[in-house]
Amino acid sequence: MIESLFPNVDWDKMWEATYETIYMTAMSTLFTFIIGLVLGIILFLTAPKQLWANRIVNWLTGVFVNVFRSIPFIILIILLIPFTSFLIGTIRGPNAALPALIIGAAPFYARLVLIAFQEIDKGVIEAARSMGATTWTIIRKVLLPESKPALISGITVTSIALVGYTAMAGVIGAGGLGTLAFLDGFQRSRPDVVLMATILILIIVFIIQFIGDALTKKADKR
Amino acid sequence: MIELKQLTKTFDVGKTTLTAVDDVNLTIADGEIFGIIGYSGAGKSTLIRILNGLEKPTSGTVDINGQKITDIKGAELRKARQKVSMIFQHFNLLWSRTVQENIEFPLEIAGVPKAKRVEKVKELVELVGLAGREHAYPSQLSGGQKQRVGIARALANDPEVLLCDEATSALDPETTDAILDLLVDINKRLGLTIVLITHEMHVIRKICHRVAVMEGGKVVELGDVLEIFQTPKQEITKRFVAQVTESEDSSETIKHLRELYPTGELVKLVFVGEQAEQPILTQLIRKHPVEINIVQGKVSHTQRGAYGTLILQLKGTDAEIRQALEFLNQENVQAEVMAND
Repeated sequence: MIESLFPNVDWDKMWEATYETIYMTAMSTLFTFIIGLVLGIILFLTAPKQLWANRIVNWLTGVFVNVFRSIPFIILIILLIPFTSFLIGTIRGPNAALPALIIGAAPFYARLVLIAFQEIDKGVIEAARSMGATTWTIIRKVLLPESKPALISGITVTSIALVGYTAMAGVIGAGGLGTLAFLDGFQRSRPDVVLMATILILIIVFIIQFIGDALTKKADKR
Repeated sequence: MIELKQLTKTFDVGKTTLTAVDDVNLTIADGEIFGIIGYSGAGKSTLIRILNGLEKPTSGTVDINGQKITDIKGAELRKARQKVSMIFQHFNLLWSRTVQENIEFPLEIAGVPKAKRVEKVKELVELVGLAGREHAYPSQLSGGQKQRVGIARALANDPEVLLCDEATSALDPETTDAILDLLVDINKRLGLTIVLITHEMHVIRKICHRVAVMEGGKVVELGDVLEIFQTPKQEITKRFVAQVTESEDSSETIKHLRELYPTGELVKLVFVGEQAEQPILTQLIRKHPVEINIVQGKVSHTQRGAYGTLILQLKGTDAEIRQALEFLNQENVQAEVMAND
């Protein structure tokens, strides 16, 4: 039945593209999480009256985050072509999409991390200081665990945005369901291919949302 | 011993400078429960935060058991903080940790190995009366229980000094008393010095040995709790004392009593310490031909003894009443004819 509904779908290609999309999303989510977290911590701790209060570092990080968060993703990919070809050695394929995906998403996640930290009760940080905690201990044992639900729901949102970004990256030949939908589907006028790629992307998004929600709920002991 | 010398802290607020703590000098003895009372904005919060180095004073020094807290920083200050712990108005527990894990937190910071941490937590949980709740999360506890966790956490590294930052202000009266009893118990059992700040005279009355009254960043009155209750000197101190001695001094009440007892004189007696336990009234009526009628009375207990007030209606001739008052004054009972205005 499925064969008759999707006559033009080459399933081998479809599964390979799905795998590529999942690969790009997973890798970029991982690096976005790490880089975004580091940027978020710097933004939070260098703000006025915080433990590392430093106007210059705070301003520079803020500018970096705001600039890369504001550039439309499709333009960012093009701007980063020289950087990508230097780093990866090619500008085609799933790996070549990663630098743009990470640089586009990490500043966005950094903002969410900052908001998550700002939601933490200041008194808890003060209590940790009053016990003689180092700043490193405060990051590891207060900031991160106390904002865990917000950090998880933040990375869930970011990861879903990244699924969308991978599809856009497909237009310039990153591979994945975006490329397949665009080249095999749109340009060859095969709407069933576009539809199937869309369904698979939706399934990926739903799975990410489901896992994210479950983890957020589990982490929240409030 | 804690010594505060010429402690001053100013904040720049826009173009103006706010003096939060203004030339404070205090000496707090080992094992003492010392209270600092003031309204919000009096500088008491800033003062208590200077004691563990959370705030740096603009000038002056704090010396705790021979260590100048105001001169040290970095690792040395962090080490010193383990001996000067703190509990908070809003408890400041980590919601992501269980009771057990919250109490373990300061021990983790101090680098105590896991087995020892577990042992210590067990002991502390018993001490604060939370046995059986070790694996609960803070969200599952009542306010009083949360403060018990706060206290256990503060005691984990065997501190010499416990700072209490409005520790009972978020609790209902009954829970407040239970937590105050726990603090007294800890003070006696562990010989710990307690410095607390509050805006409730009830807290001072119930557990403190000495009290400093703060207003506008300055300590305006300092003394033994009983002494402060007996003879408050400053206007602000009188207001705080009135918080617990309640309505009996207000002109409304006096007027009302006058109407109820129109004859004779209304006399207010203040008993302090041992006198509160003496049969002074018996002696009064045996020796003097006055009639007495008890209108109102109350005895409060402080850590330094009892403190009582009694309002009497005295009937007799003017001379008899005068003699009766003289007798009371000889017995060192403060007797005062209530103004008839």
